[in-house]
Amino acid sequence: MTNHPEFLDHPGNAALLAGRQGEYLLPSAAPVQLITTDGTAHTVGKYKQDYPLPNAATLLEGYGQLVLGRRINEQAGALVRQGRMAVYPSSFGQEACQVAAYMTLRRNDWLFGTYRDTVAVMGRGVKPMEAFESLRGDWHSGFDPYEYNTALPTTSLATQLPHAVGVAHAAKLRGEDTVVLALCGDGATSEGDFHVALNFAAVFHVPVVFLIQNNQYAISVPLIHQSVAPSLAHKAIGYGMPGERVDGNDLAALLAVVGSAVERARNGGGPALIEAHTYRMESHTNADDATRYRSSEEVAQWLPKDPLLRLKKYLHDAGHLGSADAERFADAADAVAKTLRDGMNTKSNPDPLDMFRYVYSKPTSQLREQSNMLAAELAAAQQGGAS
Amino acid sequence: MTVTAVNQAELAGVQQLTFAKALTLALNDAMVADASVIVFGEDVGTLGGVFRVTDGLRARFGEERCFDTPLAESGIVGMATGMAINGMRPVVELQFDAFAFPGFEQIVSHVAKMGNRTRGNIRLPLVIRIPYAGGIGGVEHHCDSSEGYYVHTPGLTVLTPSSVEDAYILLRDAIASPDPVVFMEPKKLYFSKGTVDLDALRARYTPASERGGATTAPSSIGHAAVIREGTDATLIAYGPSVAPALAAAETAATEGRSLQVLDVRSLVPFDDDTICAAVRSTGRVVVIAEAPGFASMASEIAARIQERCFHSLAAPVLRVTGFDIPYPAPKLEQHYLPGVDRILDAVDKLQWEES
Ligand SMILES: Cc1ncc(C[n+]2csc(CCOP(=O)(O)OP(=O)(O)O)c2C)c(N)n1
Ligand SMILES: [Mg+2]
Repeated sequence: MTNHPEFLDHPGNAALLAGRQGEYLLPSAAPVQLITTDGTAHTVGKYKQDYPLPNAATLLEGYGQLVLGRRINEQAGALVRQGRMAVYPSSFGQEACQVAAYMTLRRNDWLFGTYRDTVAVMGRGVKPMEAFESLRGDWHSGFDPYEYNTALPTTSLATQLPHAVGVAHAAKLRGEDTVVLALCGDGATSEGDFHVALNFAAVFHVPVVFLIQNNQYAISVPLIHQSVAPSLAHKAIGYGMPGERVDGNDLAALLAVVGSAVERARNGGGPALIEAHTYRMESHTNADDATRYRSSEEVAQWLPKDPLLRLKKYLHDAGHLGSADAERFADAADAVAKTLRDGMNTKSNPDPLDMFRYVYSKPTSQLREQSNMLAAELAAAQQGGAS
Repeated sequence: MTVTAVNQAELAGVQQLTFAKALTLALNDAMVADASVIVFGEDVGTLGGVFRVTDGLRARFGEERCFDTPLAESGIVGMATGMAINGMRPVVELQFDAFAFPGFEQIVSHVAKMGNRTRGNIRLPLVIRIPYAGGIGGVEHHCDSSEGYYVHTPGLTVLTPSSVEDAYILLRDAIASPDPVVFMEPKKLYFSKGTVDLDALRARYTPASERGGATTAPSSIGHAAVIREGTDATLIAYGPSVAPALAAAETAATEGRSLQVLDVRSLVPFDDDTICAAVRSTGRVVVIAEAPGFASMASEIAARIQERCFHSLAAPVLRVTGFDIPYPAPKLEQHYLPGVDRILDAVDKLQWEES
């Protein structure tokens, strides 16, 4: 383990290291599951640490969020099919990961995600049309990251992970208790920045929780072509941070596992790596055709593992989910879906001169010149059109 | 006795300094002025950097503000990006030009684009210091002139000092800038010496309260400087090529030709006004740069001059640059580097017979 003199100089580090050997860093033998696919709750004591079942109120709220997330995915998919939106990388089937990613965070924490994490971004409070502005093609972003402590989704795989480490490092230096949650896909774990970010996070002992949504594919390439490690969570021990595996379609387990890592990080326990086993039920994006690389039988196997089904059944059987709740959740989801439909049906009008405004805090003389040129072209076109 | 930043901080008034020490003082003074300025990279802590530019900073400011990172340039730049998002002003050192390349994706895809993609909501006040260029007998991957990649990337400010005084001023201005700066330090100048008035330099910056020690004097960013007056032709150079340009002008003077020398200093933003004014005053131009000339900063300068000053030109703009080859081995670099003779040969070709 780390015996870097500077690291050991820190008071408390020796004690910290003592608790972070072998077994503790390895994930549980099987992914943590608290509610089975048939909606019954597991007993505790099966995993490397006890993960108590979240309380009924939390699970009920979580279920409402799953309903909302599913509705966002369905609505966005429909808008893409109708040609109102250029592209949508869907998290259909992965909603439990999305919901856990924001339900375990506080307002002052930070979330770093990818193109697939629109639902999680909205869970941070980002308004529907702000979250979808980039997907509509108006600009590369639609919200101010500082307003929600949520980074813009990143498409360059794994490159957001070192940023998450930096945000956490800055917070730590200032003595703040911010935690950063960083999302990536299974394929992204092969990128250099995945390795770099985990190593930096561990060496600087910063409060970042890395959550891999292992949805089994990177576009068409199955996980076996990315890694032959026993699991992606096993990679954690190589960095000296704890790893854990969790059923990524079990919101209860995700809230428990991610929540515990977030709170450990908040209390100075350092980073963690969590692998959530889930499945991308739809194609990579609408531009992709998943039938070229996987069978419908394979997809069908995941249908009964759906994150909504089991939590609904559990809550219903336990008497926590009344028809009033179900109605309330559906109404809230419908309202968001309507906002999305209305928003996408409104013609947007991005200002071409914005292209020059933000490149530098003050446009250079060259950009002013180019902006003036475009402005003149636009004015001429308008005059030409008017005459 | 080695001079550490701690006693350097006590340095004041008129001093003779090396280029490297001027950079150290700029870092030191910025760190004193603003607690959010932090320095990290490879070997910058205990060792003080392989060129000793961060010498003494660790001792003075502690390991939280000057520290070594694991060896991963994308991690250095990526973490700096995150820290800048979250209120810090990181100044990172990438050890050598060619070893900045593992950080290139972070620089191009994130550092350069962050302001634009967030509609100005996130500005990244970070400085990426890169020792660059040759002339030091360095082995492979230690002598690249990589400025072309950065100047070609919209969103980056690219500065390169060529004098001890500018080393201090440009670095302080880079740290004070709200935008990310790629700060390119010509290696062969690190141990060159110059005399500066530290009190006057420091007076350009306001004290502690201002983030990064914001400038009171006009920023050097976007400003070229005429560093030698002359009337017959203009030599335009930057960074490591300024010294040979000055030497060429000196030699030319003994031969009765008066050459003006202009130091670009700020590659981006580019100072069209100062450069065009200089060109118009002489009508003849040679652009000098160490990087391979093809599709380079030198090409850009030549193109801009012909677009803007065509009617003032008595001859085509000529370039004296590195050859279009990978940087040569130490025993061959003398043939590669633009030197006085090659510069004067170019000057001779500026169609004097027609004037
Ligand atoms: C650096 C980089 N290389 C390639 C791509 C193209 N690309 C986009 S998504 C993707 C697959 C990513 O798979 P994974 O990390 O598992 O995430 P998922 O899409 O399954 O959520 C690829 C190859 C990219 N965005 N960035
Ligand atoms: Mg995947």
